[in-house]
Amino acid sequence: MATVIDMPKLSDTMTVGTLISWLKNEGDAIEPGDLIAEVETDKATMELEAFEEGILLKQVAGVGDQVAIGGVVAVIGEKGEKIDLEALTGGAAPAEAPKEETKADEQKAEAPAAKEEGPAETSKADVAASTEVLSAPASDGRVKASPLARKLAEKKGIDLSTVKGSGPGGRIVKADVEAATGAPAGAQSTGSSAPASIPMTSSGSAIAEDGKLPLSGMRSIIAQRLMESKSQVPHFYLETEVDVAPLMKLRADLNAHLSQLPPEQGGIKLTVTDFILKATAEALRRVPQVNSAWGGDHVQQYGAVHMGVAVAVDDGLVVPVIQDAHAKGVRQISAELKELAGKAKNKKLKPNEMSGSTFTVSSLGMFPITGFFGIINQPNAGILSVGTAIKKPVVDANDQIVVGNRMTIGGSFDHRVVDGAVGAMFLKALKEILETPALILL
Amino acid sequence: MQAMEEEMERDDKVMIMGEEVAQFKGSYKVTEGLLERFGDKRVIDTPISEAGFTGLAIGAAMMGLRPICELMFWSFSYVAFDQLFNNAPNVRYMSGGLANVPLVIRGPANGGTNVGATHSHTPENFAANTPGLKVVCPATPYDAKGLLKAAIRDNDPVFVMENTILYNDKGEVPEEDYIVPLGVADVKREGTDLTIVAHGRATITSLKAAEILKAEHGIDVEVVDLRSIRPLDEETILKSVRKTNRVLLVEENKPFCGVDAQISHMIQEKAFDYLDGPIKRLSAVDAPAIYSPPLEKLQLPYPELVVKYALDTLR
Repeated sequence: MATVIDMPKLSDTMTVGTLISWLKNEGDAIEPGDLIAEVETDKATMELEAFEEGILLKQVAGVGDQVAIGGVVAVIGEKGEKIDLEALTGGAAPAEAPKEETKADEQKAEAPAAKEEGPAETSKADVAASTEVLSAPASDGRVKASPLARKLAEKKGIDLSTVKGSGPGGRIVKADVEAATGAPAGAQSTGSSAPASIPMTSSGSAIAEDGKLPLSGMRSIIAQRLMESKSQVPHFYLETEVDVAPLMKLRADLNAHLSQLPPEQGGIKLTVTDFILKATAEALRRVPQVNSAWGGDHVQQYGAVHMGVAVAVDDGLVVPVIQDAHAKGVRQISAELKELAGKAKNKKLKPNEMSGSTFTVSSLGMFPITGFFGIINQPNAGILSVGTAIKKPVVDANDQIVVGNRMTIGGSFDHRVVDGAVGAMFLKALKEILETPALILL
Repeated sequence: MQAMEEEMERDDKVMIMGEEVAQFKGSYKVTEGLLERFGDKRVIDTPISEAGFTGLAIGAAMMGLRPICELMFWSFSYVAFDQLFNNAPNVRYMSGGLANVPLVIRGPANGGTNVGATHSHTPENFAANTPGLKVVCPATPYDAKGLLKAAIRDNDPVFVMENTILYNDKGEVPEEDYIVPLGVADVKREGTDLTIVAHGRATITSLKAAEILKAEHGIDVEVVDLRSIRPLDEETILKSVRKTNRVLLVEENKPFCGVDAQISHMIQEKAFDYLDGPIKRLSAVDAPAIYSPPLEKLQLPYPELVVKYALDTLR
């Protein structure tokens, strides 16, 4: 009996998976646990595992196809078995997401999915943006939906708890239900008009090719989450200048010795970020109000520091999380950060390695950026923005102008949770710790 | 004016009374030429005594005439509150149907003309709150004529609340006899994305906002002009709500217990399952009419503000 392998939900926010490559060919024998394909989600590239035994009868999805969760990827069965794809999928076409225009030779002509070439680009983005499973309604167990959305969902048999609301406070509205069913928005647009294309006349050779670039899953999520944060969270910003001369000396001393040793003897090369993460965890210990989140009708206080670290990757940004950073030393933080950053660059981070942060640090210290303010990574109550260390004239304790080594650190805070004085106390604590870096060796 | 002239021509029981309606031709020249045409038995200047002449008119109406009273401002109806909001609406009921009051009270009821807090009231909600009264608020010259003619022919007291700012608006008005029936709203602009319900000048403001929303945001707004506040055309409102699923109510009435409070309640009661978001309201700022002209303009809904509320409604 043939069995369908469908697109599993590989991350919390995933709505479609892009088939990157087949690891098994049609006709190959499959054992349970075999990896049959590589799938790119909005966050990472992951392997698709088979749970059935048999022969891979058909690769339904083609390389490059975007397949919605639950959509058919492959069929496994007995050797020589005839398969009736329509019967297997209950007569319904597999829930294939409308796909980009791909090269003709990549298209699987026999894939029975309804190919919607026209509105593919925008509707895909809509789906990605609006069907993300939302954590907000779960906080009080209620799903917020407009009366109309409720009625529509009932009519179409959709579980509203699986639909992400795009209205105020995450309210599910008509468009969200329609997006969840894959139905076209219909004649009743809610007014978002496509920007008119700008005719480009260029003199000289162009710096890049004109055209619309398809949104990656990651880009959609970044756009949506940061838009939500910047429009929903009342940000305010504080900045302090830290004397990093002692920290730089400490790091140089440690690295001078430790970087010579092999790993088994404790060899390691520490980065400035490693120290800042540790110092931040210690500062949060002193001002725990910052290690919290707005909960609507309460403030969520966190007892542990799970430190999110913004990591730039090829086509975007991910935030892996160092769990229990408050309980870890610089060495361990350094090792974990290296591992997580490596996985991030290779898109191998697992969802649980990117969730649950209670505070986030973003550093542009490797660039000549003297200071900046990040957008809060919800639901965190703050984000630390670390600039580069620069040498500059400063006035010392004896009122003499000397050469100082200074770093500007910015904090963006959610004013619903953190008031100015609390944010200032946090940055003050951080400054004190960084300027007396021996404190973080304990 | 045309309405009154035509109706006076048609029915010799129709007569006009009010302050300066005859020799001065009306404070806003609405009754110009009527004295010459119909004489001083049917076009009567009254003393400055609203309680007196409206009481007189109610009596005349009970006896079979069809008086039209002009109030220089609807704000002055408060002087005649007992006559207008107590006697006029209750005569038919209290007399067991023996006496009707085919009376029209008309005049300007609007802010925005820098005449101060005591001259800028919009009491359509008071009237609509009173069983036995009918109240209309025309937004266009066409509707003004048609509604006034319908009011004159109605056998119950009808309050016609005009807007002096709209007196200068020019619009297509057929010369021939037509009426705009009481209790029939008008879709002044068709749209698919949002329903704006308005009455009086707020309709004109909303239509301007609708143009901006179309041009700058690609949003198709449907504008429903109530025309009659009571009787209320619920079906036209509900039909539009069922079509667009989003509602913004715009009025120059004050918000607290204003007309749109009732409309809002009616919509949620009768079209709850068609709403894709909360009903929003934009009314005059809840304060006495502000005397400072720049502030007074901001107190009343203006197109840019309607646009802002509309976008908010669509969130």
